[in-house]
Amino acid sequence: MTGLGALITRDVRIAWASGGVVNALAFFLLVTILFPFAVGPDTALLARIGGGAIWAAALLAALMPVERLVGPDAESGVLDQLSVRGFSMPVVAAAKIVAHWISFGPPLLLATVIAAGLLGLSTQTLGMVELGLLIGTPGLAALAVATAALVTGLRGAGSVAGLVMLPLAVPLLIFGAGSIDGGVGALKLLGAVSLMLVAGAPFVAGAAMRGTLD
Amino acid sequence: MVQADQPSGPTFGPAAAAVAPGTGDALAFRDVTCVRGGRVLFERLSFAVPPGGAALVTGPNGIGKSSLIRVAAGLLRPASGAIAGTAPRTLMAEAAALDAARPLRDALGFWAALDADPADPHGRVAQALHAVGLSHIAEVPVRLLSTGQRRRAALARVVASGAMVWLLDEPANGLDVASVTVLEHLIAAYRRRGGAVLVATHLPIALPDAQTISLL
Repeated sequence: MTGLGALITRDVRIAWASGGVVNALAFFLLVTILFPFAVGPDTALLARIGGGAIWAAALLAALMPVERLVGPDAESGVLDQLSVRGFSMPVVAAAKIVAHWISFGPPLLLATVIAAGLLGLSTQTLGMVELGLLIGTPGLAALAVATAALVTGLRGAGSVAGLVMLPLAVPLLIFGAGSIDGGVGALKLLGAVSLMLVAGAPFVAGAAMRGTLD
Repeated sequence: MVQADQPSGPTFGPAAAAVAPGTGDALAFRDVTCVRGGRVLFERLSFAVPPGGAALVTGPNGIGKSSLIRVAAGLLRPASGAIAGTAPRTLMAEAAALDAARPLRDALGFWAALDADPADPHGRVAQALHAVGLSHIAEVPVRLLSTGQRRRAALARVVASGAMVWLLDEPANGLDVASVTVLEHLIAAYRRRGGAVLVATHLPIALPDAQTISLL
């Protein structure tokens, strides 16, 4: 278990040190700011679509760091060394998912408060968005790590990652944005989707990472 | 070089259970066949390295030396055959696997804490850095190290690991003459303590009484 802690700490440290956290948040806020420019400064309209805009922005922001989640570790031999030390790849993938959520989830929840202010969301809507993101971001993190493992070693991994990840994230988006008006039912479905991604992603990512060792 | 002129399906050789337990070998290959990209690199290869022993894998580029090391490390699955020996192994491959942004001491400390015997990682790293002559740059970030220093840092990780089997893939690459001598002394001292070494190299490394595995 200490080994797992060391893996998580290392990944979180790399995420902060490489500027990945700040970049993703800046990107998230920029995308939310684009919506008022695109649809015009109609306060009522923005308040209505704001929650959905935040979810779409969160999805795109989750995609930002995909290239540095697994690829560099496969290239630099870190996965080899972990494997020799007896770590199974699904365990490494699970550690990466936890680390990615830690460096991505809570900062995103904080940035959402700023985004809600920019879009003029009501406190109640903000509360529903935050609750939805709290439930949905672990699923997003799991999906990001699985995608990162799948595209590792491909040429132009970043652009392929978008094509792989965004369609799979659609259920999160539907139930996440739906929960803003839909209430508890949508939240439960969001939880189910998120849980399924968190449970399945370590095995998908682990198998893909095992493949890079060969 | 043996070309795969017949479908080389998994012809299960002696299963792991059939390999005589308690033979005392630190590492043993039993009829191991390795196939990469449809090409047979080596076929029905058998050898054993006892504690304190050494094996030298030689052969021209691309013949499968690195693959043999990766098979021994458990990273590559052999097409058939079995690898015996459960002693903890440690690998020095081409990639250094050290975090570029961190000081050398911390980058090595991360791995030392994950070794089979994780006790006292700081002490082991300090000793290993001293052994490879890098103590004076322990606080320097890994990205600032030269190629040779990086190789010695990777060697320090092997020294610090305390594993019973060293798997070294081209350990002399990028090392100057003095460092190669240090490497030879480290290997000799390790073997006297009962460690087993498997070295793949195309550069001359003095390994007294080592068996040679020539891949042709």
